[in-house]
Amino acid sequence: MSTLKLDLENYKELLKEYIRTKDEQALYQAEQFSKQSMQQKISPDEIINVHIQSLQEMYPEMPDYIQASLNFLLETMISYGVAYQEHQSLREKQLELKSEISVAANMQKTLLSTVKPEIDEIEIGALSVPAKQMNGDYHHFVYDDQGTLGIAVADVIGKGVPAALCMSMIKYAMDSFPEMRMDPSGILSSLNRVVERNVDSSMFVTMFYGSYDSRDHTFSYSSAGHEPGFYYHQDKDEFEEIDVPGLVLGVSAETSYTQYKKKVEKGDMIILLTDGVTECRQGDRFIEQEEVLSVIKSYAHLPAQEIVDQVYKYFERLQDFYLRDDFTLIVLRRNV
Amino acid sequence: MNLTIDVSNKENTAYLTLAGEVDAFTAPKLKETILPLTREEGQTVEVDFANVDYMDSTGLGVFISALKSTKEHNSEMKLVHMQERVYRLFKITGLTEIINIESTVQGGM
Repeated sequence: MSTLKLDLENYKELLKEYIRTKDEQALYQAEQFSKQSMQQKISPDEIINVHIQSLQEMYPEMPDYIQASLNFLLETMISYGVAYQEHQSLREKQLELKSEISVAANMQKTLLSTVKPEIDEIEIGALSVPAKQMNGDYHHFVYDDQGTLGIAVADVIGKGVPAALCMSMIKYAMDSFPEMRMDPSGILSSLNRVVERNVDSSMFVTMFYGSYDSRDHTFSYSSAGHEPGFYYHQDKDEFEEIDVPGLVLGVSAETSYTQYKKKVEKGDMIILLTDGVTECRQGDRFIEQEEVLSVIKSYAHLPAQEIVDQVYKYFERLQDFYLRDDFTLIVLRRNV
Repeated sequence: MNLTIDVSNKENTAYLTLAGEVDAFTAPKLKETILPLTREEGQTVEVDFANVDYMDSTGLGVFISALKSTKEHNSEMKLVHMQERVYRLFKITGLTEIINIESTVQGGM
């Protein structure tokens, strides 16, 4: 109570000063006073109360009707005071949530982190940027001692926290598969059953799984409804869509996935992405596939990692640095 | 952007006419409207996409839920007059194989 009393004295002095001088300086001090009051969580009706008390002390002869009108004002402001207090406590809660989410986002980063393998035969560029704090895109590399590089690129439908939780589940399911059955169609079929059993009916996952054999340079792949990737022929400077049919994960338990195989020539590239890349928008205009490809083509002479970095920068600029969706782009290039 | 949803009934069919964009903001409203309709046994739910010029993957999620619900409740769902950009989404995700999609417009394959 003592601080409030002190404030009352202070307020009364300020008010007196202002009425006497009508000076800017006193107004400035009033502003400071209100800032301090906010810091001490003093509500607007309390300040009006202080105002009334100050007036009463300064002008004991104050007419009745002014006194009454001030009391009226005080009553009117009480709801604002309540709203203000609610606002304060919501703000505290929001800060709490924000810090919890950032802890979760960090955990997710650690859980889902993948190391880009260094392989002489294949050059890899990879970039994944979340639109919000938590990433609903996922990519993973596994390189075994037989010289096979496994690449998973996935997109969980739905964004934010639920999508991120779902992704963690998929990652652990994949880790638990026996290494013998690492062919793309087998992996997708197994994951489909996991997702179908465990995930809400409106949530689903698209995934492309590829397996690059660095001994004979063949690329085997299957897709579960994932955004088509591209194959870049260096000799013709042309792209070919890697368009593979396959139902998204989590819709029907009895889905099987066809596996395809392609020979990769020296200098050629495999480009994998999520729909955050192909669904870029500039204002109301959608970016057409040709534009995505021509941007990739314009950087094709660069090292793989620089290609993905530059393409991302291009679309980030185009969309005024506001990502609507998580963005993942992976480039593999046969080196030798 | 906004989405307007009109519902009308004729015999055993509920007609849903959509106009606007189906995305993360509008999908919940669509889901609330369509799911109860799929829970009526023997009913066909026909969704007209002629005026839907954008749909994102959250929208697909709604139709996957609806499809699952038709299987559970012995009802049917049919999507008609789909624009090419929207059809592409159903095509890529393999859903054209399991959802009844009819008469696409603007050369929707």
